[in-house]
Amino acid sequence: MEQYEAKDMKDTRSGFGAGLLELGESNPNVVALCADLTGSLKMNAFQDAFPDRFFQVGIAEANMMGIAAGLTIGGKIPFTGTFANFSTGRVYDQIRQSIAYSGKNVKICASHAGLTLGEDGATHQILEDIGLMKMLPHMVVINPCDYNQTKAATIAIAEHNGPVYLRFGRPKVPVFTDENQSFEIGKAVMLHEGTDVTIIATGHLVWKAIEAGKALLAKGINPEIINIHTIKPLDEEAILRSVQKTRCVVTAEEHQMHGGLGDSVAQLLARKNPAPMEMVAVNDTFGESGTPEELMTKYGIDTPDVIAAAERALARKASTPEMA
Amino acid sequence: MPSIEELERTASQVRRDILRMVAAVNSGHPGGSLGCADFFVALYFEIMEHNPKQFQMDGVDEDLFFLSNGHISPVWYSVLARSGYFEVNELDTFRKLNTRLQGHPATEEGLPGIRVASGSLGQGLSVAVGAALAKKLNNDNRMVYSLHGDGELQEGQIWEAAMYASANKVDNLISVIDYNGRQIDGDVENVLSLGSLRDKWEAFGWEVMEMEGNHMESVVSGLKSAQSLTGKGKPVMVIMTTEMGQGVDFMMGTHKWHGVAPNTEQLENALGQLQETLGDY
Repeated sequence: MEQYEAKDMKDTRSGFGAGLLELGESNPNVVALCADLTGSLKMNAFQDAFPDRFFQVGIAEANMMGIAAGLTIGGKIPFTGTFANFSTGRVYDQIRQSIAYSGKNVKICASHAGLTLGEDGATHQILEDIGLMKMLPHMVVINPCDYNQTKAATIAIAEHNGPVYLRFGRPKVPVFTDENQSFEIGKAVMLHEGTDVTIIATGHLVWKAIEAGKALLAKGINPEIINIHTIKPLDEEAILRSVQKTRCVVTAEEHQMHGGLGDSVAQLLARKNPAPMEMVAVNDTFGESGTPEELMTKYGIDTPDVIAAAERALARKASTPEMA
Repeated sequence: MPSIEELERTASQVRRDILRMVAAVNSGHPGGSLGCADFFVALYFEIMEHNPKQFQMDGVDEDLFFLSNGHISPVWYSVLARSGYFEVNELDTFRKLNTRLQGHPATEEGLPGIRVASGSLGQGLSVAVGAALAKKLNNDNRMVYSLHGDGELQEGQIWEAAMYASANKVDNLISVIDYNGRQIDGDVENVLSLGSLRDKWEAFGWEVMEMEGNHMESVVSGLKSAQSLTGKGKPVMVIMTTEMGQGVDFMMGTHKWHGVAPNTEQLENALGQLQETLGDY
């Protein structure tokens, strides 16, 4: 298997902050808004460098979304920053009407997504945001996996004319993707070509999938590992090509099973290429306080869960008669 | 510049358009539309600098208008058509399948003159503030206008935007409240009292003025006064008193025509009270 090394440990939100700063320098139309979480979102550098293009809106996320929509009308490219919970569920109708339905070029940038927010508990650990956002027509949904990819995604979405939801997280996680990668919206990244089972992961679960892949290889199973950073539009071609080869699949994500990446992949396979499928995701429950690692383990979205899911998928494939 | 009398004649035709549009599809919101006809005519035919023949979404170097209480779309559509944004005959498609004139205003179908969707209440002030901020960033000296229902002020987002606009000196913004005192369930006073609107907006740091909204001369002079208050560090709020259903006797003095279309007989009665001045579509 390719050597994926944790070259460093960094938080994906810092990748967002670094990408935003670069955009500030390269694109004068980029502006940023924050609802009293500038430090948490790593937006301070942009604020310091471009004070006239930074809008502190206070604890008023609904207003932030509306102001962002209005700024686009004057040709600006607004990046809003707050926690994922307050970026989606709290302001769903504002996003739906003033941004998505109105086709506004707003980049909704959401940190502290999922269980890995940790000790603050379930009030802040949104696990429904991917589902909420992917249901909106016109909305692009992106969940990068590490610092470098989050930075690249931040820069890339400024070039896309339309609303984007960019989801990232709080904890420091392994940095293993290329520092100078090109980021293409809607394009899956092949991490390891295998033959036995397709593992499709997004966000923080991509590193877990790589760890699971190493363990599976040691057991004589050769998994194909795909990083889906864009949940919508989904790279259907890459997924179908892989599943046609491996004939069974595992999805892995830090999100509810309902409405997440697995749900999108299952819908695709049901329509185009049914195959045994297992989902590593949070199963219809809220989170709780704890460390990120404790929570990943308790809620079944850790490396051993990916390994077990791959083995279940393989067993089902073995017991499934060949489809005509 | 059109005379007051010409503006009044246009408003009469706009009221006919409103009634005929909602009657044709037996749906829509005539009450608030009729009440705001004078305001819309004054704004689009006298007050704003705008370019109906070449609509540009970004509206650079133009005055911009945002309708936050989107349900009164009939009056807006009529005035947009009558001022040249699209053919007057298109009013005949209002609320019909494949129309650009959706029940509530939308950008999805590309209707010229609309810059954001509205209908779900309370969102338009934030959008107007954002557009005003963009004008400042672009060194564009034109103004942003917005209209809001009085019942709409019950939405919390309005007050988030109100707080932001004064704290950040958004002084290229003139917002107007359609103060007709009525909403779907009855009088605003009984549904959820707004208390003193002037006191509330002043406490939120806005420059507040009042205006009679169903008297063309008052509307024109009132909006010109509002313009003179801009650029002084505060957003401007115009509390505009109107009568829901203005111009049609049996629709006035009640909230019942908020979202109900007249039947054929009622339409005939209503049109008999409003002169056809520019030709029905």
